[in-house]
Amino acid sequence: MSKSLKLYAGSALGAAIILTGAMNFADRNITPLPENAAVMGAAPESPDTMFIAAATASGAEAEGPFGLGREALPEEIAAWDIDIRPDGKGLPEGRGNVWDGEGVFVEQCAVCHGDFGEGVGRWPVLTGGFDTLTDQRPVKTTGSYWPYLSTVWDYVHRAMPFGNAQSLTDDEVYAITAYLLNMNGLVDGDFELSHENFSEVTLPNEDGFYMDDREELELPEFTRDPCMENCKESVEITMRAAVLDVTPDETVQTMEESGEDHGTDMAAADDGAAAEAEADTAEDVATPALDMALVDEGEKVFRKCKACHQVGDGASHRVGPQLNGVMGRELGAAEDFRYSSTMEEMGEEGVVWTEETMAEFLAKPRSYVKGTKMSFPGLRSDEEIAAVTEYLKSFSQ
Amino acid sequence: MTTSFKGTKPSRRQFLSGAAAAGAGTFVAAQARAAGDPAITELQPWTQQLGDGVDVAPYGMPSEYESHVKRRTVEWLTADPISSINFTPLHELDGIITPNGLCFERHHGGAAHIDPAEHRLMINGLVETPLVFTMQDLMRFPRENHVYFLECAANSGMEWRGSQLNGCQFTHGMIHNVMYTGIPLRLLLQEAGVKTEGKWILPEGADAAAMTRSIPMEKALDDCLVAFKMNGEALRTEQGYPVRLVVPGWEGNMWVKWLRRIEVGDKPWHHREETSKYTDLLADGKARRFTWEMDAKSVITNPSPQAPLTHGKGPTVLTGMAWSGRGTIPRVDVTTDGGITWHQARISGPSLDKSMHRFYYEFDWDGGPLYLQSRAHDSTGYVQPTKDQLREFRGVNSIYHNNGIQTWYVNEEGIAENVEIS
Repeated sequence: MSKSLKLYAGSALGAAIILTGAMNFADRNITPLPENAAVMGAAPESPDTMFIAAATASGAEAEGPFGLGREALPEEIAAWDIDIRPDGKGLPEGRGNVWDGEGVFVEQCAVCHGDFGEGVGRWPVLTGGFDTLTDQRPVKTTGSYWPYLSTVWDYVHRAMPFGNAQSLTDDEVYAITAYLLNMNGLVDGDFELSHENFSEVTLPNEDGFYMDDREELELPEFTRDPCMENCKESVEITMRAAVLDVTPDETVQTMEESGEDHGTDMAAADDGAAAEAEADTAEDVATPALDMALVDEGEKVFRKCKACHQVGDGASHRVGPQLNGVMGRELGAAEDFRYSSTMEEMGEEGVVWTEETMAEFLAKPRSYVKGTKMSFPGLRSDEEIAAVTEYLKSFSQ
Repeated sequence: MTTSFKGTKPSRRQFLSGAAAAGAGTFVAAQARAAGDPAITELQPWTQQLGDGVDVAPYGMPSEYESHVKRRTVEWLTADPISSINFTPLHELDGIITPNGLCFERHHGGAAHIDPAEHRLMINGLVETPLVFTMQDLMRFPRENHVYFLECAANSGMEWRGSQLNGCQFTHGMIHNVMYTGIPLRLLLQEAGVKTEGKWILPEGADAAAMTRSIPMEKALDDCLVAFKMNGEALRTEQGYPVRLVVPGWEGNMWVKWLRRIEVGDKPWHHREETSKYTDLLADGKARRFTWEMDAKSVITNPSPQAPLTHGKGPTVLTGMAWSGRGTIPRVDVTTDGGITWHQARISGPSLDKSMHRFYYEFDWDGGPLYLQSRAHDSTGYVQPTKDQLREFRGVNSIYHNNGIQTWYVNEEGIAENVEIS
């Protein structure tokens, strides 16, 4: 059957089927309409397969070889073939330790990712997020989500730093990778990563992935003859975009105009960068005694703490203890958290978290509580300390 | 409800201006009965005076009255505008082909500007002879022409937790449909001679992201193209000029732009864009990987929040697009009452494998509220599921591959809104 014949037949069939709605049948180029889905499912022959058939009939292209191109030189392959695999294939010789990694990271990476991989603004969070993959807001980091260390090495080496790709030496990439492992609590501070011990390191979520199973699981369920008439009793609107109103507007900054609390329900962009939009829980529990502007400031400062600490609804212990109710409480008093012995002893002696003690601790954690497990070096300014303290107070009312 | 309706300021303006135009139309009609339509009775300047000469626009651009037809971005989605995304204005288009300048953009390290004279394509790894091709070499291989859709895996990804963006440009605009001219990848791989243990390829971009994805050899030898033309002209810079990979029916991230290298290997590489990203996190905390195929999907482009009904009751054209990564679209159903009754839409234009299809449903609008949905059937028998059906399998954290049925609520004024319904 010729293509044109089939198209005309389709046109007639289509006219018969949508008689009621049809207004204009000037368009002759109509594909065949099915009488029911089952028939079409059984007869998948489409105009396109006929195109292909026609193309084949008029002669497929030659298959070669054509003798085109030239042989790639070993030094050319070496220059471009930089990919690394989970089994270590492709890794160059080299080494780097956590200490050196911190130096490179602070200089080259922290501007976007934060000093502790906590992510600045919407830039990716690199640390923490353990046990959050079933949460409402999963935090997918190199520690909590990435399956293979080779992926970290490969990506840092091929595409980072953003805007100056492939500028790091192999040893620097080893060092940054070691530092990321350390910040995620996966290796000690004296760890050195090299091509020799690389394959010994496994990431916690390696087994968290499996092959696409839509074909077995979903396709049978979604391959069916659907209802066409009297399919439900009534229709109610259950959710509306207008409630959130995060649609960009060309003349009005919609989000700013309609209030800051849109952040609570924003879903993730395709690379997950927007997934971090945090719930503005501070306001829920705030009382007039608090300086709300300072609380807001403190929430921003707290991003530096979030890699290890949670606060607010549902907060639980991570690398560090959850911080609900910390202000006004003895040191080392959160239940089920293993503090350093110094921290616990100070608490037992009656030392309480006040604005003063918190300020002293946050300025230089290791000198105020000797032996604290907190690796954070401290906040730079009194303003930051005051703000984050106010923020913690908002969860301690 | 209109006072609380904030979701569609652009369309609201459009609606108001549309209403004003309609009002003017009524006035004009009344006047026409008295003295005739001035658009007809008065001599127009474009009729009296000469128009532009032939070389005013050596590369032609759309009419100045079409300047609102453009890609748009959603700033809050990404950290910066370089590793970012914008969206195709589906509601402004018809037919099945996306014009080159309106094809959505997604870059991971910005759009690279590459001199084709300095561009090389290398094939290495598990091959008999590693090869380097110049663009001139590539132009000497046999070519094919195919129309394929390219959909970002994250298209509609902002809607997993519920209705969020008002406009099909934003909810469904990470897609375009283009005719590619390119070389079957099979021919290039054969030229280098794939060794028997070569089961995977790793295409790599020349851009600042050096984008990589692992693709199974079976697909590489089946229908992948190394393309250098789109809709008859050279690839646009932002679409990978001078050469990109085409991976029909599979998620857009795999269609590596600015293609500089293809490595053949015996295992997948598990690179960043197939582990950290583009894996689908399910409710149990486990993630699917290698979710390559794009499930069948459709959306009504008109009316929609950016394209309200401004003409009042009477004859109305509903139209939209449908596509499947597994074949053709033999049938689309539409409903105007939220799924109580469904009607088969009319598909017009070529029905091509792994290409977008255009459908229409013409009806008499009675001026009452409409709950519009479309439902695609593909040539495998798969029927587009509802969003809730998808959530039952996947939860709401998977970001990617949201092909659920979209609902637009159209009120008595013709304003459309993105909603979910019972």
